[in-house]
Amino acid sequence: MKPAAFAWERPDSLPALLARLAEAPAGVKLIAGGQSIGPMLNLRLVEPALILDITGVPELRTARVEGDTLVLGACVTHADIEDGRVPDLTGGALRRVAAAIAYRPVRNRGTVGGSLVHADPAADWVSALTALGAEVEIAGRNGRRTVPLERFVTGALAVALGAAEILVAVRVPALPAGAAWGYVKHCAKIGEFAHAIGAVRLEPDAGLGRAVIGAVEGPPVLLADARPLFGGRIGADFAARFDAGAADLALREAGMADTVERHIHVTVLSRAVAAAAAPEPRSNTLPEAA
Amino acid sequence: MSREGVGAPLPRKEDDRLMRGRGQYVGDLRLPGMQDVAFVRSPLAHARIRAVHVPEAYRDRVFTAADLDGVLPIRAVSGLPGFKVSEQPVLATGKVRQVGELVAMCVAPTRAEAEDIAAAVVLDLEELPAVHDMLAAREPGSALVHEHWGDNVFLETLVDVGIESALDAPIKVSRTISTGRQCMAPIEGRGTVVQLDHRLDQLVVHTASQMPHIVRNGLSECLGIEQGRIRIVSPDVGGGFGYKAILLAEDVALAWLALRCGHPVRWLEDRREHLTSNANCREHHYRITAYAERDGRLRGIDCEATVDSGAYSAYPFSACLEAAQVASILPGPYDFPAYRCRTWSVATNKCPILPYRGVARTGVCFALELVLDAVARAAGIAPEAVRERNLVRPEQMPFENITKKHFDSGDYPEALARALKAVDVDAIRARQRQGEPDGRRIGLGLAIYCEQAAHGTSVYSGWGIPMVPGHEQASARLTPDGGLELRIGAHSHGQGLETTLAQVAHEILGVPVARTRLVHGDTAMTPYSTGSWGSRVMVMAGGAVAAACEELRARAVRIGAHLLQARPDACRFEGGHVVGPTGDVPLEAIARTWYRRPQDLAPDTDPGGLEVTAGYKPVRDSGTFSYAAHAAVVAVDPDLGAVEILDYVIVEDGGTLVNPLVVDGQIYGGLAQGIGTALFEEMRFDARGQPLASTFADYLLPGAADVPMARIDHMETPSPYTRFGQKGIGEGGAIAPPAALANAVNDALAPLGVELLHSPATPRRIVEAVLATRAPAVTAREAA
Repeated sequence: MKPAAFAWERPDSLPALLARLAEAPAGVKLIAGGQSIGPMLNLRLVEPALILDITGVPELRTARVEGDTLVLGACVTHADIEDGRVPDLTGGALRRVAAAIAYRPVRNRGTVGGSLVHADPAADWVSALTALGAEVEIAGRNGRRTVPLERFVTGALAVALGAAEILVAVRVPALPAGAAWGYVKHCAKIGEFAHAIGAVRLEPDAGLGRAVIGAVEGPPVLLADARPLFGGRIGADFAARFDAGAADLALREAGMADTVERHIHVTVLSRAVAAAAAPEPRSNTLPEAA
Repeated sequence: MSREGVGAPLPRKEDDRLMRGRGQYVGDLRLPGMQDVAFVRSPLAHARIRAVHVPEAYRDRVFTAADLDGVLPIRAVSGLPGFKVSEQPVLATGKVRQVGELVAMCVAPTRAEAEDIAAAVVLDLEELPAVHDMLAAREPGSALVHEHWGDNVFLETLVDVGIESALDAPIKVSRTISTGRQCMAPIEGRGTVVQLDHRLDQLVVHTASQMPHIVRNGLSECLGIEQGRIRIVSPDVGGGFGYKAILLAEDVALAWLALRCGHPVRWLEDRREHLTSNANCREHHYRITAYAERDGRLRGIDCEATVDSGAYSAYPFSACLEAAQVASILPGPYDFPAYRCRTWSVATNKCPILPYRGVARTGVCFALELVLDAVARAAGIAPEAVRERNLVRPEQMPFENITKKHFDSGDYPEALARALKAVDVDAIRARQRQGEPDGRRIGLGLAIYCEQAAHGTSVYSGWGIPMVPGHEQASARLTPDGGLELRIGAHSHGQGLETTLAQVAHEILGVPVARTRLVHGDTAMTPYSTGSWGSRVMVMAGGAVAAACEELRARAVRIGAHLLQARPDACRFEGGHVVGPTGDVPLEAIARTWYRRPQDLAPDTDPGGLEVTAGYKPVRDSGTFSYAAHAAVVAVDPDLGAVEILDYVIVEDGGTLVNPLVVDGQIYGGLAQGIGTALFEEMRFDARGQPLASTFADYLLPGAADVPMARIDHMETPSPYTRFGQKGIGEGGAIAPPAALANAVNDALAPLGVELLHSPATPRRIVEAVLATRAPAVTAREAA
């Protein structure tokens, strides 16, 4: 399990990176934390001629707050978030998700941008950030564009990214006061890929909410309007109103034929709802694994 | 002087280097001119080879079966009547019979370049129907793995001890029980570096092996060269568990290549090769019926057991060790009057099945202990009551069981009683009645086994396999400065032999453990041995080291007596000194005299000096029987299938413990692997015989968070047959956990009507079983 030979370059600015990406022949891959592409190279599932290391671009490693939006550079690591080295507008939600990703060595290197671009359906950020209503900022030679995450992730390991584009940042809207957040995943073993993910971001005051059922075969199942899961109305009593049958229906409509799989996903979502209703937020560092 | 002998809980000497990352494994070897090998392996489970296309540029770097002039296939024959012989070619000829079978060998300065070459070799294969299901493989009309056999059965056996007498029992419980196929997954995979020593005209084969001398036998036979031209060196070994007790085709191929190329060559197994091509174990299937009285007393056990042996008979243990052993050990620690067991060792298009820690015992314990719980439910009595009524009792010891196994000693009911007390059965039952606030369900599971270990000539000669253990030998040599060197032919793959055998020597000679060195893992420097397997080393090599040290002590006493000017029978040996009527002389002075001042020796001194090779066999070689009662308490989430181990108790009897710390370490390690078998590990195959996991993302091993801190309670009933009363315990930790945990899960879910009969109990299987009880019409995507 040794990779096929490849060239490796590490541009030191975004323009240089984009220029190199545009002129490079086919068979170029980007590397940030290398937690997915590393094994894929070793298994020779990819054999790029050139690897561009994007961690030399300072902009991609920064995080900042713009008004009500948290902007995380693509190369911010899971551990940066877990350890609180970046700002937070989500009341600790991001930290708790980050703390339960794989194992600490993976979190030390793995990046939020890399996880989204790799778009493994079982990855935490794909589901959690979709539920939080995040957008991704994409740069190409013709400028920048911003896309809601649910339109960026188009399938398992598939994203809407042009050949000469890169994801530069994730834009996470603040979790408003009074909003409830619940995120639960089910793994066969702590640290392994999730078999089911449930995430809800509910605003009982406004009667609004988003829900995500993740770790499915394709992109996460998003209910951008989660009211059907709660009998048509999201209020302070949302936990009591959760309708497992509606969640099951959503999964059936999304094409999940397997009864056992649906049961597990619905259970996990119901526990995310229960977590959202829990009066006290859990510790900032404890993993939220089912 | 500190107490360092038998029974002392000394930290392991070898850990100083191993825990600091200073161990020396095959992968650490760097030899001048060494080149790397990558193999072209079959992508198909079963296919006829039409052609192997090697690009012209790589003609001198790629070797196929056609190049291997004079190399014989690996043959691991069993002498059991009716055994059909498989020939495992070193590089495939004619057909490939498993995914990962070696087809071509590519050599290059680095592994990456060798893999480049391997990727350029094109195989022209005609796919054949894969034999992937061991039960279907027994049916007429199945595709054949070895055509000339006429069927797919390596061996069929039958034992029948009056089963007729049990058939009218009031309770009859039948179950179909099966265990998943596994990979052993030691931290270090296999690896081989071969160099040609021109001065000695010798192939020096560095390979991670539990049995260097047996590898030399096999290599010599396959290559057709005399044993004197082969030296096997097994350096530090990063876990074996049986996987390194096998002669691999890779070993033979590399040895041939070194002869051909003249420069050192290396192959290091990668994890994908390990999982998909080489390391398979455990897949058993049982149809088992228990006959019992209403009080749970067993009247008889009737069983049909099938083992998926894979494509070839592995050297030296053969393809039938697992299944045929099932028939002899299925009765476990229980006493009942009637028994029948029919077994099949079935050839399939999978990697050969290899012995993995516990070997057949893990599957046998799983089948029997699950069916005992079923008996308890059918009789309406507690699971512990069924066991209490059937365990062999201490007053029966030594006991010959229904398959003529000779249990040497022990108190099995006491082990059970202690385990029940430790987990507090009454408290668990009360908690179960109360229910859990989080909706989970609590369950208690029991499993008891006895483990025949260090069984010798009289047992293995009957198998007629390429390896029969005889006397075990050890050499002991005092150095001129009074240090001690021990040499054994078995090898440590993590057991701590450098410490424990030094403790044995200390018991006899009083030499500090720090001044005793163990030389092992090298055929050039050690006495012949069948190696480290069958939980045998502490009994066999321990006994041999003691025997050598005793002879050394006798010689030392005679020299010391002369130095003291006393008669030998007036002297005694104590604390490393020869003590006479008028004074004493330390071993160092005796050694100095023999080596450096021979002028001080008596004229009639023993010319053998202070170097002894001695042989050893226990008083009986039918094996020691260690045993244990395991009790597991779990919490099961019926909606997600998650299993949390709340408590785990092991009451174990390994006889005299040479080093209790090392024994505990063995038990913890075995438990971790047993938890893997119980809950996580499974190598699945599709209908084309393709293995469905190629990385640890798909083949799940238990992690640190999944292994509880078990509570271990030792009983110490010395074996009457071994030197210090020690019993082999190396494998036991891995035997009972799958049964104990499955019984615990079933106990938790029994009120829902769930009974799981397949390991591992994955979340998916548990949820599937729970849902099946709620809505019988559920269509399952996979069989439970």
